[in-house]
Order: sequence, then structure tokens, then C-alpha cells
Amino acid sequence: MSEGTQFTLEQFCRYASQGKLMGGKCRKCGKIHFPPRPLCDGCFSKDFEWVEISTKGKLMTYTVIHVAPMQFQSIAPYAVGIVELDNGLKIPGIIREASLEQLKIGMPLTMMFEACATTGQWPQWPRYYFKPA
Amino acid sequence: MSKFGKLEGLYAREIFAQAAKEAYDRCPKLDPKKDIKALFVGHMGESYEHQGHTGPTVADWAGLLHVPATRTEAACASSGAALRAGIYAVLSGLYDVVMVGGVEKMTHRSTAEVTEYLAMASDYPFEQWNGITFPGLFALMATRHMNDYGTSEKDLAMVAVKNHYHGSMNPKAHIQKEITLESALSSRVVAWPLKLYDCSLITDGASCIILTKPELAAKYTDMPVHIIGSGQASDTIGLYERQSLTSLAAAKIAAKQAYEMAGVKPEEIDLAEVHDCFTIAEIIAYEDLGFCKIGEGGKLVESGETKLGGRIPVNTSGGLKSKGHPVGATGTAQAYEMYLQLTSQAERRQVKDAEVGLTHNLGGSGATAVVHIYRRA
Repeated sequence: MSEGTQFTLEQFCRYASQGKLMGGKCRKCGKIHFPPRPLCDGCFSKDFEWVEISTKGKLMTYTVIHVAPMQFQSIAPYAVGIVELDNGLKIPGIIREASLEQLKIGMPLTMMFEACATTGQWPQWPRYYFKPA
Repeated sequence: MSKFGKLEGLYAREIFAQAAKEAYDRCPKLDPKKDIKALFVGHMGESYEHQGHTGPTVADWAGLLHVPATRTEAACASSGAALRAGIYAVLSGLYDVVMVGGVEKMTHRSTAEVTEYLAMASDYPFEQWNGITFPGLFALMATRHMNDYGTSEKDLAMVAVKNHYHGSMNPKAHIQKEITLESALSSRVVAWPLKLYDCSLITDGASCIILTKPELAAKYTDMPVHIIGSGQASDTIGLYERQSLTSLAAAKIAAKQAYEMAGVKPEEIDLAEVHDCFTIAEIIAYEDLGFCKIGEGGKLVESGETKLGGRIPVNTSGGLKSKGHPVGATGTAQAYEMYLQLTSQAERRQVKDAEVGLTHNLGGSGATAVVHIYRRA
């Protein structure tokens, strides 16, 4: 799977467009980098393999953004949180289909993928979001 | 330090010149052109005025043409980092006297623009890309702190009320007005649980201080303050990657370095200026700096011990909340408050018998932290 691919954010986004959440596992020390990076910060190896990361996890903390940057004003207010995935890796994301009252630390969430919803200069890479599992 | 506030019709370089002039006036025996050998200036964003290359720009406007002038950028800790850089320059023996400071001109931009520019100090691919603003990042910490330790929205609001009370006594503060707990709690939501009154201000301003070796201080001023400890540390740019969501590792490391260098303990600190960019940040700062136990920051503000007259007054200047937060200027503005307090020039907000003070300056959501400790000369 790693043949010909670089362990970069761009490649991470390409996998996301295929509905896959991927990290880079260091072949020397075993550390999983998520998001992937081209140099292992633990042992300085550059030898990685891609590993698929679970898209299920639980909510560690959350907020509801009311005052949004320009590119997100059309969807405000919106909930965002930090999610701990099943293998312990963490990622932030927008949470849909849950009101502020329904959001609870520890609640199970599932990651979904979609085309980029915002406009303007920001990257048009596929996006992900979370919804209650 | 310049007046902090909405300084209409002034460019950053012009505001910096005001701060420089006050510094020169306070050191009557200093010949700026002859004595100041270098300038380090904190400045976060070239987007505000479409102006980068701040070092030479403000050096020229401060009458220091041709000095080596370097901008330091560490988000909201940009001038905390400038202060550190100045300390490197003096302690290395390269220069006897340097100027360090910071500046930001923000209020001519819309809130949406400022929100976007400030967000540049957070992780782009995962935080900005998911619409997480700076209030949003600190709200993520607040939600977890409330969950883990029972910290309440009222505790957060009490930080704002206290700092506005202090700021009401600071003639250079942006908003010199007290607020009530009720108005803080009922202000509009910015990023739940943080409301408008939990957020620091969008402000214009500049600050600077002149650094020299302890043995040379008397040559330039009759009222020096000793910087006895300095620490700086970094952390992951993304909040989500950190082990803790309720404590900032960089702040704890920087504080440890500064305490060790100064040879003082948290209990010996008489007053502090901490980075209350959001009210939760002050509560977490109490804990990271050892002013109370982990999880008890909310109780500490409730106790009144961090209010003027209390055991350890925090943010007597009004803090970022009331004095204002021109981001690049904040670090050295904290040092300026220590200068006033430790030379007994803080007037109505003077901390009685203040001997040892501490400043805590954060960049971003805590990817940079700079801590300094000061002692009355």
C-alpha cells in the first residue's frame, strides 16, 4: 500500500477521499503518526508503512462555535470536538446531528467523509466530520 | 507602553514610537542612539497592515536607524519571545543594552478578519480546516476542565470581573470599566462555554522595555527591576495532539525553568501577570504555575486571593481581558506592569510590599509559553 506514496498530509487527504483514515507507522520504532509525517519524531527514521485507523471513537471535549471565521460563517453555529479514536489516536472535527444538549464527553462518535463544503481559498480536499454512533 | 485601545489613525510603527519615547523618558541617563545596540520586536501578523519586516520599520520610527532589528514571532507570545531574545543577547555578552518590545494594530479590521488572522497561530490542516477558532480552542479546554474538576461558568466569569476591576484602575487599559458577574454570564456566546466577556479584547498597542546587565543598570536608571528567571518552551501546534486538555505542558516546563533560574518557589511570588486571552486560560495558568493545586483554579479565583489585596494578585494591569491584547505587544506589556509594580509606580492598583513578580505569556493554544520572574531592586 505504501508503494509510491509519500507520508504527507496531501496523501492523507487522498486516502480520505477514498473514505479511508490512514496513519503512517514507523517501521523502525513502531510509532503510528497520525496525521502522517515524513520523519519519525521518535527515532528519526524515514521508513513508514500505511495503517488504517478506526473511524470510531469517543468524544474527549467539545465546543459550539458561534463566532466563526469567514469561510465557516454560513454553517455557524456548529459543534466541534476532539475525538479519541479506538486505538487511542486523537483528531479534531466538526460534529453534526447532535445539539449542544446532546453532546457529552465520552459519547461514541463515527467519522464520515464528504466533499469539501466550504468555499474560497481553502483547500478543496475531501473533508470528514463526526456524527453520533 | 503606549495607551492600549482603539488607536484610530495610527500605524503600528507610530504606536511603537510612543512606547519607545516613554522608555527613553524613564531612562534619562540613557542615550538611545549611542547605547541601544539591538532591537527585538514581537509582532504577530503582517495581515493587519499588509506590513511585514517589522524590525527595521519600528527601529527607524523609534529613532534607532541602523541597529540590528529583528522581529520575533510566536503568536501571542511574540514579545515574550522578544524579551527572551534580548536576554540571550545581553547574557551572551554581545551587547550591554538592547531594547525589546512588541506591537500590533488590529482594530481597523473586522472581527471576522481578526478571528481568521489569529487562527493562523493554530494548526492549519486539522484545526483551522475544521473551523476551530481561538476562542474555540480554549473552549475545548474549558469544557474538559469543567467536566473533570467542576469548574463553572461562574468561575470563568469571576476572572473577567476581577480583571475589569483591576483594569478600571489602569489609565492605559483599553476598557477602564468594571463589569458585573450577571453581565459577564449573560453576554453572547462566542464559543460555548466561552462568552463575549470570557474573551480578551481586540486592541491596538505597543510596549517595550530596555534591558541591560545588572551591574550596568545604575548607569542608565535609578529605578531598575531585576529579571531573575526566564523560561520558554514549545509544544505541538495542535491542541488535539497533547496529552492533557486541561493543562499546558509548555507553560509548566517554562515555569520550572524560570523558578529554578530565579531560585524561588511559587509560594514566594507576590503578584503575577498571566496570559488571560480567555478566562479559562487564567484558571489553567494558576494551576500550571503552582499557585494552587491542579483542578483548583476555579476555587482560587472564587476565594478572592488573586484580586488586588489578596494573597497573590493576578493581572493587576487588567490583563488581556481589560487592558487589552494587541497580541505582539502583550508579552512586554506584562513586563512593563512588573516594572511599575516593583518600582512602586502602579498607583491605585499598587500591590503592597511587592517584591517578586512573575509573567506568563502564551502563544497560540499553548504551543509557546514564556515565563519570567522579576525582583525589586
